[in-house]
Order: sequence, then C-alpha cells, then structure tokens
Amino acid sequence: MAVSLVPGATPVRRAVLDNGLKMIVQEIHTAPLVSVWCWYAVGSGDEAPGTTGVSHWVEHMNFKGTTNIPSEQMKGIVERFGGMWNGYTWLDQTTYLETAGSSALEQMLFIEAERMANGLYEPADCESERTVIISELQGGENDPDQLLDTEVIATAFRAHPYRHPTIGWLDDLKSMTRDDLYSHYRRFYVPDNATLVVVGNVDAEDVFTAAAKYFGHIPAGPPRAARRAAEPAQAGERRVVIEREGTTGYVKVVFPAPSVSDPDFVPMLVLDAVLTGAKGVNLWSSFRGAPPQRKARLYTSLVEGGVASMVSGALLPTRDAFLYTLSLTALDGVPLETLEGCTVEAIETLRRSGADPAELQRARRQLRARLVFENDSVTNIAHQLGYFETLNASDLLVSLNRRIDEVTADQVWDAARRRLGAATRTVGWFRPAAGGRPLAADGDA
Amino acid sequence: MTPKVASGLSPVRETLDSGAVVIVQPTASTPAVALNATFLAGSLYEPDGLTGLSYLTARVLDRGTERRPAAAIAEALDDRGVSLRVASTRHTMTLSCTCLTEDFDDVLALVIDIARRPTFPDEEIAKRRAEALTVIRQDADNPAVRAAERLFELLYGPAHPYGRPAKGTPDSLGRLTRADLIAFHARRFTPPALSLALVGDIDARQAIDAAERELGGWAGAEPGAIVVPPPEPAAVRRIARIAMPGKPQSDIAYGFTTISRLDPRYYAYWMMNNVLGQFGLGGRLADNIRERQGMAYYTYSTFDATVGESPLTIRAGVDPDNVERTLAAIDGEVAKLGADGPTEVEVAETRQYLIGAIPRMLETNDSIAGFLQACERFGLGLDHDRRLPGLLEAVSGDDLRAAAADVLAPDRAAAAIAGPDAAPGERL
Repeated sequence: MAVSLVPGATPVRRAVLDNGLKMIVQEIHTAPLVSVWCWYAVGSGDEAPGTTGVSHWVEHMNFKGTTNIPSEQMKGIVERFGGMWNGYTWLDQTTYLETAGSSALEQMLFIEAERMANGLYEPADCESERTVIISELQGGENDPDQLLDTEVIATAFRAHPYRHPTIGWLDDLKSMTRDDLYSHYRRFYVPDNATLVVVGNVDAEDVFTAAAKYFGHIPAGPPRAARRAAEPAQAGERRVVIEREGTTGYVKVVFPAPSVSDPDFVPMLVLDAVLTGAKGVNLWSSFRGAPPQRKARLYTSLVEGGVASMVSGALLPTRDAFLYTLSLTALDGVPLETLEGCTVEAIETLRRSGADPAELQRARRQLRARLVFENDSVTNIAHQLGYFETLNASDLLVSLNRRIDEVTADQVWDAARRRLGAATRTVGWFRPAAGGRPLAADGDA
Repeated sequence: MTPKVASGLSPVRETLDSGAVVIVQPTASTPAVALNATFLAGSLYEPDGLTGLSYLTARVLDRGTERRPAAAIAEALDDRGVSLRVASTRHTMTLSCTCLTEDFDDVLALVIDIARRPTFPDEEIAKRRAEALTVIRQDADNPAVRAAERLFELLYGPAHPYGRPAKGTPDSLGRLTRADLIAFHARRFTPPALSLALVGDIDARQAIDAAERELGGWAGAEPGAIVVPPPEPAAVRRIARIAMPGKPQSDIAYGFTTISRLDPRYYAYWMMNNVLGQFGLGGRLADNIRERQGMAYYTYSTFDATVGESPLTIRAGVDPDNVERTLAAIDGEVAKLGADGPTEVEVAETRQYLIGAIPRMLETNDSIAGFLQACERFGLGLDHDRRLPGLLEAVSGDDLRAAAADVLAPDRAAAAIAGPDAAPGERL
C-alpha cells in the first residue's frame, strides 16, 4: 500500500525475496540517518510450559557472536557510525534494531543476516546469559507494580500462553538448556518468518539490492504450525491479592481486550482515551511519560477525587485477545477497597450512559495528535511499520486516523457494555504488609 | 538520489526587551512543535528548611492561573492531545510539551500563562502535596532510588544542594505553605531567568513574535546566581547499606564527584565515561559484570555534568549474593582505567561514536530543544553541534588518561547498596 505515516514523505515500498523475507522500505531524507529493524513473528505467546521465556533468552543470545562476527566484535560495528542497537521480545514478536548514520546501512543488514542464519550459541555464553536474565527478572520484581502485573496476567488467563510473563517463569529459566534455545532459534529465525524494515536517508532500490545480497541465500524454513491456543470465555470475576513488604498500595482492574484484528479494537482505543487519556499505538515510544488525561474519566474521578495518585490504561495491539489494563496507585492512606470501588463505579457510569459527544471529540483529537507525535523519528516510524506487519495488521496502521474518525458513540458505548462488565473482570491488589518489620533502615559500614 | 539532508542546526536566538531569551529551530520532520520553557528555579534555590519547595511548586504551577482555572487548563491541554510536563531538577524548572503545528499559538499562550500567572489554589496544593507524599513513599520502596539518594548524600553531604533529597521529605513537604510557593515563584520566575526553546514546523520570525506577544508587559529582575559549594574532598572510601527486606535484587550506586560542565576538561571526562560505562551496551563495566560474569542485567555509568562539581555514577542491579563480587569488579575496572587509561583503540572508537551520534541525538524536536537549552545555559554557542566534532577531535589520549587518573580511584569512592541485606551476608 502506498500510504505513509508521515505527511509529505515518500510512500512505503514493499518487496518479498524468493525465500519469503518481507521487506518494507521508506525513504525519509530529513536527517542523515537510517533505522533498520528485523522482526520475527515469534514471542512469548508461542511458548509452552517448561520453556517459558525462551524467545526472550534467544533474543539475548543474538547479541553474542555469529559465525562471521566474533563475540568481541559485535560491539563496535554500528558504534563506528554513531549508532545504537537494541532489541525486544514481547507476546507476538522478537525484534532487533539499529539506528545509525545512513552510511552504515550495509553493516546493519550484515548484522541482521548473521543474526538470522549464523548465531553461535556457545554453551558458556548460554550459561552466563541465564543469570543475566534471572537478574532482569528479579530487578522487575523489586517493583511491586510490576510484580502485581505479572500476577494479574497469570490470573486473567487460564489457557492461552499470554498468561506467562515474556521473561519466563524463574524455574524454567533455571532448567532450560542450550538445546532448547538453539532449537527455538532454528525453528523461528528463518526468512519466511521475518520482516526487514528500513526507514531513513536511503534509496529504496539500493536497499532491496543490498538486502537480496545479504539475505537472499538464507533458505526458507520448514512449515510451522500456527499458534492454536484459545482462551475459554471467562465465567466470573477473578482476583489476586499480594501482601508483602512495601509502602504503597496498587490496584489493577483488567478485562479481556480485542485483538488488533477485532472490529472492537478501534472503538476500545477511543474508550481507553475517554477513561485514561490517549497514548497512541507505538509500544516503543507511546508509553514513555504520562498521556494527556486531566479530563479523562478515571483521572477526574480517582486522582482529582483524592483516592489515587496515578491512573493509567493500556490497550496494546496484539495478535490474539490480550488484556485491557487499568493501573491505579493508591494515595497514601486510602484503603484499596475504596480505590477499587471508585474505579468500578466510574466504569459502571460509563457503561450505563456512554460517553458524551465532547468526550468522544476530545478522544479523537488526542489520538490524532498522538499518532503524529509517535512517528517523530526514523526509529519510531520503522518500529510501527514492522510491528503492525508482524501482526498482519498493516492495513489498520495506515487507516487508523480514518477509522478513529469513523468510530461512533454507539460503538464505544457498546464496547463498554459488552467488555467492561464484572463477570470478565480480573482484579489485583498489592497491599503493603501492615506491622511486621520496619520498611528500611540505613547503616554505614 | 537524495534530496537535501539537514547537516546541522541553524537556530535563531533573540533576547527580548524583558530579558527573556527565545531560541527557535525550524524543522520539517513532523507537523508538530516542541516547546521547552526553562527557568533557573531548581531545588538549589530553595531557602533553608524548605526542601522540596521547587518540586511541589512544579506540581502545582500548572493548576490554575489568573486567567484560567485548573479545569480550563486541563481542557485546553486535553483537547489538543498535549501532555504538559513540569519538571524540577537541582538547577532548573522546565515546562515542556509537544503540540500539533496548528495548535502552536494556543499552546504557547497557555504555557507562558502558566509560567507567568500561576495562582497556586489551596485545594490544588493539598491534592498535589498528597500525590507528592505518595511518590516519596514509592521512592522509599525503590532500591534504585534509595541507593542513588544515599550515594549523593555520601558524596556531597546531607546539607549540600546536590546531597539533599530533591523532592523533600514528608516533614518538609508538610510544612510548605501557599505563601512559600508564591514567594518562590515571584523570585525565580522572571523573564531574565527564562530560556524558551521552540523547535518544529514553525517560522522563526513568527514564533519569536508570538513569544514576544505572550511575554509582553512581564517585567522582573534577574534572579541572583547561586554558587554551588564544592563538596568536601573525598579522603576515604565510604560504603552505606540500606536494608530493604523482601527485595529480590540489590541495587548498587557507586561514584565520585568530578568537574563542572564549564570545565575545559569536560570533553575528556565525557569520553572517559563513555569508555568506562557506556560504549556498546555499557562499556568496560558491562563487558566485565554482564558479559563475562553474567551478574547483572544492567550496569553502566553516567556523567551528568552541570554547574557544580558533578557526579560520575556507576549503577548495577544484582543478586544480593553477588553484591561483594560486583563491588570488586567495579573497583577493578575503576582502578584499571584510573591507572592505565583507555587503549588507543578505545579512544578512537569512542571519539568516532560520539561524533557519529550527533545527528541521532538531534533527530527529534524534543531532543533538539533540550540540546539548545544546554547550549544556552552553559554558553556553548548556537553552532555547538557543528563545533562538537572538533572539540572531541581535540581531546588526546593523554587528556583521557589524565581525566581517568583524576577521578577513578576505589579508595576515594562512595557506594550505597540497597537490598535485602543489612550487612554482607546478613539477610533480614
């Protein structure tokens, strides 16, 4: 499709190599930069019990050496061009990126081709990364809000692999073997499961030619069975309470969310903007910093109402139905019953009467602005093109503005009534333990 | 093949009659504008005993003006999808946001009104104080924050403006009155204390005219400068442990005091820090602690040079059982770089990286606005981005070795460790 996320920019161009590698290229010549992302359609949603976290661990291993890039030389390739490199793993995707001066294009494609075909997975490197990842997991658990998030997700899902955290369960991280990692790598890191995205100060024809040179020889993989897990319908409210050392109470209220391909997805985006302010749909950039939300329903009722110090909502584009998450931080001294009660009441009010026209207009305007703000760099634009392609949702990305404009008040009200009821709700509390040991004591030695 | 690619900034800077400085950089990447209004109103300027005043002022500043009640501000921002941040640091208070080009005039008027005519309503102070107290309670449960705050206290002393808690304490926040906020605002928010950076899809002349219009008639004296006292010289090693029962991971903050941003050795220090804990995915520190020993998901160093003698801080999050090994590894890397300096290859790679990264650091409107504010504050010049490669080229290997030798010595380091252990091997 010849539509761009950036007004006035050249159209997005697409091609597919014989081995199945999808390529998306956009020329943007406002800065002497290029961003390269290589996406694999595999994430923690494709994992089975026993090897949870394997996708993320494999991502870590792909920063180690390859056949043609010794481990100690990985560092320095893009840095010589002033570049940054990184990667992430989530429910439906594993992705790697480099953004650097545009003269680094060939080096970046070389790294990504090596990653796809020639990872070494040295046993000693696998072992040393095991403890790095366990450290990442434990660092996350230092944050009670993140701990609660993990528990709430695991409570809300019964069957779908979205129920386990992307980083994996600790026992799986302790027991997984090098062969588990390597077989996952070989199964999913094939050109016909990947999308290469290049955005920036490049010539699209040059990119296609160079990509063919670096990736063309990599054979396609064997057929892969599609993910089959389905989540059974929820029959009643679920609940989890964590009580341990802490200073602050947290509440999460979550509901099954529409998948990115569900007709409810865009109405729910508008509904989320009404409740908590619009974020946008860029996992890489939209959730850094608070959204515009001072007129949002939950902000006015909970923060201005004096029961929460912070509210946030998250509706993310996912391949299967994930969760719509409302996160609340209790104001010091406010009982969690009160915070939960006020939250549910605000949701029920919206379900009873719907949103008013001014709220819907505001939500649409916010989303329109956020879709501009979240596409402010070649890195962010390349992320969006690759993320939505990996979800088979590129059509939605380029038509999102129009579809947001077309959402009706009835669609939003209907989504609220059907999707935010008590029977499909999961509620989580983090309650700081009362009494017990002192929170902290300082000592000098 | 390639249309013209921007090869550097060309900002327009004007000092208005009121003394306010406006810097405008037109860009063409998105139909949006970044606004950044910075005042010299950080926690450094708080009167004695009013710790947290700048922080609380920042939280209440945008909650009502003489022309717009809080609800009208909320509506004006939310209707345009604008998220206004008011952030207080040690030295500055900054109002910043991004808006669509079509909303620029309205949002500029709103931001200036908020900076110029806040009313600090009592009920808003009460709400934002309660939020601030919750944030302080959350920080008290966060090992990373606890370790960092304790490190700065060790490095500078509890009364030094860099050593005291910037957000205040529950006690100090509780004592602050509306009159304190009003007086702080009157003293610190004057046009000569304002630097306004506007970056985006705008015409420079029209943007300056718009700023002049909104600032017109606002007068005020230049607020006095404050000299940041030097920290006590670090004669001995200092280690503090903060016991936080139940935390799965320990957080280490380890560091030194260094130099001011204005010191000519700044670029050598910047490169030295890059070798120590930045280059690649965390420099020498990550090569050792993460890659070779597999002990930490994150370890790196930062060098945040500002007006006073600024900190160089090393961070790592590790299993509580690995704290001593990690401290030894940090000591080892610090001692080695301090004694031998970087290799010639490291000097060349780091220089090439930092020079090559300039276009990336200046890609977005928001990052350009922040860069121009730093140029203004430290007198770096409107062409600093173009001069920066030359400044980095001029740093020799000997300069880097001297910088490392000046500061990197484990026997003068301070370190704070927050985690489940009260002392090595003593789990609570």
